[in-house]
Amino acid sequence: MTPEEEGPAPFIGRSIPRVEDDRLLRGQGRFIDDLQIEGMLEVAFLRSPVAHARIHEVDLTAAAGLPGVVAVYNAAALVGRVEPLLNSEELRIPEGIRSTIDPVVRIQPMPLLASGEVNYVGQAIAMVVAESRYLAEDALEVIDVRYDELPAVIDPEAALEEGSPRVLLEAEDNIGIHLEHGTGDVDQALRSAAVIVEDTFASQRYVPSPMECRGIVAHRDPFSGRLTVWSNTQTPHRVRGHIASCLGLPADDVHVVAVDVGGGFGQKGILVVEELLIPLVAQDLGRPVRWTEDRQENLTAGSHAREQIHHITAAADESGRLLAVRDRFVVNLGARNMVGLVVPYNSLCHLIGPYRVPNVQIEATGALTNTMFTSPYRGAGRPEATFAMERIMDRLAAKLEMEPAELRARNVVTPQEMPYQTGLLDRRGLTQQYDSGDYPEMLDRAVKMIDLPRVRTEQQKARVDGRYVGVGFAMYLEATALGPFEGAKVSVLPSGRIRIHTGAPSQGQGHRTTFVQIAADALGVEMGEIELVAGDTATIPFGVGTIASRALVTAENAIHQAAVLVRQRILDSAAELMEVDPADLEIADNQVVVKGSPGSAMSLAELMRAIPMTQGGSGRDGLSEVSYFQPPNYATSSGLHAVVVEVQPATGRVEILDYVVVHEAGRIVNPQIADAQIVGGTAQGIGGALLEHMQYDEAGQPVTSTFMDYRLPTVDTVPDIRLAEVVCPSPTNALGVKGLGEGGAVGPPAALANAVEDALSPFGVVIHSCPLTPDRLWALLRAGRATER
Amino acid sequence: MKPAPFDYRAAHSVAEAIRLLGDGDREIKVLAGGQSLLPVLNMRMGHPDVLVDICRIPELGSIDVDSQEAVHIGAAVRQAQAHADPRLRSGWPVLTEAIGHIGHPQIRNRGTVCGSLAHNDPASELPAVAVALDAELVARSQRGLRRLNAADFFDGPFSTVLEEDELLTEVVFPRQPAWSGSSFQEFSTRVGDFATAGVVVRLERAGDVVSAARLVFFGVGGSPVRVAAAEQALLDAPVTPSSTAAAVSALEEQLDPVGDIHATAAFRKELAAQLAVTGINQAWERCA
Repeated sequence: MTPEEEGPAPFIGRSIPRVEDDRLLRGQGRFIDDLQIEGMLEVAFLRSPVAHARIHEVDLTAAAGLPGVVAVYNAAALVGRVEPLLNSEELRIPEGIRSTIDPVVRIQPMPLLASGEVNYVGQAIAMVVAESRYLAEDALEVIDVRYDELPAVIDPEAALEEGSPRVLLEAEDNIGIHLEHGTGDVDQALRSAAVIVEDTFASQRYVPSPMECRGIVAHRDPFSGRLTVWSNTQTPHRVRGHIASCLGLPADDVHVVAVDVGGGFGQKGILVVEELLIPLVAQDLGRPVRWTEDRQENLTAGSHAREQIHHITAAADESGRLLAVRDRFVVNLGARNMVGLVVPYNSLCHLIGPYRVPNVQIEATGALTNTMFTSPYRGAGRPEATFAMERIMDRLAAKLEMEPAELRARNVVTPQEMPYQTGLLDRRGLTQQYDSGDYPEMLDRAVKMIDLPRVRTEQQKARVDGRYVGVGFAMYLEATALGPFEGAKVSVLPSGRIRIHTGAPSQGQGHRTTFVQIAADALGVEMGEIELVAGDTATIPFGVGTIASRALVTAENAIHQAAVLVRQRILDSAAELMEVDPADLEIADNQVVVKGSPGSAMSLAELMRAIPMTQGGSGRDGLSEVSYFQPPNYATSSGLHAVVVEVQPATGRVEILDYVVVHEAGRIVNPQIADAQIVGGTAQGIGGALLEHMQYDEAGQPVTSTFMDYRLPTVDTVPDIRLAEVVCPSPTNALGVKGLGEGGAVGPPAALANAVEDALSPFGVVIHSCPLTPDRLWALLRAGRATER
Repeated sequence: MKPAPFDYRAAHSVAEAIRLLGDGDREIKVLAGGQSLLPVLNMRMGHPDVLVDICRIPELGSIDVDSQEAVHIGAAVRQAQAHADPRLRSGWPVLTEAIGHIGHPQIRNRGTVCGSLAHNDPASELPAVAVALDAELVARSQRGLRRLNAADFFDGPFSTVLEEDELLTEVVFPRQPAWSGSSFQEFSTRVGDFATAGVVVRLERAGDVVSAARLVFFGVGGSPVRVAAAEQALLDAPVTPSSTAAAVSALEEQLDPVGDIHATAAFRKELAAQLAVTGINQAWERCA
């Protein structure tokens, strides 16, 4: 049953103000660091100061004797107790990929505390539990470790060379992943092509930088004996499963609660060693224990992202029609392959994006290096692929002397071709199929919004005055609604109010508003009567979480399904009690009413109270339902960023004159929240395009370990962003929705690089990587001036 | 990111502060706004035994103009307080402009003018302003009082001539003469970042010609860098494109910045030259 069949849907599609804001803006949010439990201990980690070394004698004696220190741990203290960490969900290889592509995926489990060898700066070696974080950090200073330094490998391509030092002493080489996949015959297409361009485009290393760093509190409940874990995770049920198997507990005895979370962006979506160690300590000591990550830890020992190098070739006929794309890319996995194929394969299957490319050949290699491991970050492989593809599209346009927007228009898949099959396999190992979209319309809208002809005229005029203006486009797709499932429980409470539970918690996405909109429509009650409690494993048996632009599609469809069931149960139960036909009843104002006779009504509270008292009834309280939704395919969203910049050649400074995003994400549940997601993602992407760069020196020391040096975008970096929307409801689910959480962050590096290169075309500058800092652009300009034409 | 243990002493008078600082057996740091010191402590890059808080000393909390029309800024005066002071804005506008480039409002609400001077971060603004405007820095200890010229005060990155037992109690900016003008120019990647490069220019005018010149750069050396050769090139002539070019050409030999992850040495030098041109022209326009 879809909302359309039930009549007008009053809440979906409306910009309902965020229900969560009142509480958060009043400072009433409760984050990990706000939790206070009597007797709680604090944890601090000793982390490796060197990139690669054998370690000997982690001597804890002095630390253990300091005042306030309750316990100290090194790897020896864990022997025989806990296994190294494996993100088993992410490391699973789908059958279709295994049988067709047969990728090399080597797994390196992460020891919870380093034993014998450290492989990156920041790796946890020892753990101190003390009465306060101050005392714990005092104790770190007296832990004695001997490091015998080993060669460190930082550059991912150097790591793959014959004879490179090993990142992990026990590994056979530095390859974590290798796979090749494609369609058609690229070699033959290249032979027949009129134009071929090839180049190298790299994405730099980022840190996701959520406002709230990671944190966890664990406590064994003295009444139930259960272990309760408050974590700012994006995936509470997965954390539950990992903790349970790590500590040898039944999953039911581990209760994970995701509290208010100050941003995740993927960094809180994978399991990390700290998330297992804190519960272990709580079990050992029988006391509540907290670890709050500080910013320096987050920048150096929280997962990094993005670093990829693409060697890409594109071929076209004289009219600019794409014939083939070949890409050989390297992903820097860091010191271990922690998330398997997730990022490399996401790059692979988003590379050609909205374009019709008959012949594709892609080779992906994951290289191990002595750096922090990398994991998905908002976009998760898409920004890197989009940067390579959209940069080569502009190089192709330049070679064809064609307007870049025109080249795109000639190559985008049309709505008439939907559903469109690329000839590749998607992340599930099934035929990749775009469900819906209108890429020509997006392009039209963007070209009109920035007024491309006017921009070109002004560009010419500006050059006469020695000013350099440029325009850039970037198009991308976002396969959303990652499976395998999400669940929802919808219950009528004794008061007659409704409560929803789901395993997909919010890190700021506004689920308390959007999820409730969907339930209100399905139940026929007001939003104010419904509340959402998400991310509490005690309230719903299974869940996946809020990652991969999936929560809205998967959780909302599960909520919709459960709410439809509950609505029917309400009507059936009331019909039984009121002795009328269920078809004659409707729900209005939290009451079940006989259609056409408003006097014959029963409130939901009365109904709830009546069920246990009813003699001779079925005895079943059916006013609570759990439903799981399994997306049948990805819901493919899309976006187009168009940006106009001016670059000062004297200083290399980039000023954004206009920024337009046209996005398509199916049916929009709450336009205001959707727009805010797009704008937020775009701001994050602009940060990466212009500023952010996590850097190591040659010895593997992180050199951007504070926000003074790791430069995030600030209010002066981000311009007003003008938005437009194209709507193509997804046929993959009853609500017609698609995800959009990551999309905004995908476009900016490519769009801004294209615009800056366009602005600086008189100097012959080619942009191969971001960030487009004044220093880097000035250096490119200085090199380019020699060839100024 | 929690500091190692230290003793905290709040001084309520200058006499008490310098008595506390005179305890030579322990490592003592003066705590003013704490905007540089506390991160150092939190990252455990410093382990002082004692912090002496001087922000509760009433006599250090004011901005006063004396009979010679010099302005005295006490050691507890916050940057925000100085930034908002109308007397500074009219009499020493370049100081007001410089303070506006320090960090963000939250930082300026805490940070002090004298704290920036005593810290002498090579990329910070106020040491260069002090040198350009011939400020005098007053240091007191139990041994007595020293008046130090800004030109002699800064002696290297994060280093000054202050002795361990001395407290910088105030900075004094002399009245700016008639027919003088100054300019503050800075390039930073984001608003609020430390300078990639910057310059403070002060010119005096006699008739149609420059009679005195100061060019003090920051972010391009270990301390404020005064480039005498560039100053010489401007003297006894009006400011013209050619005199400016002559001044800037002297920078090539005189500036020796270091490169880091944010900017190469060559880029800093280039920026310094560009900023100097803008600064010289603006200072000359202001010589009225």
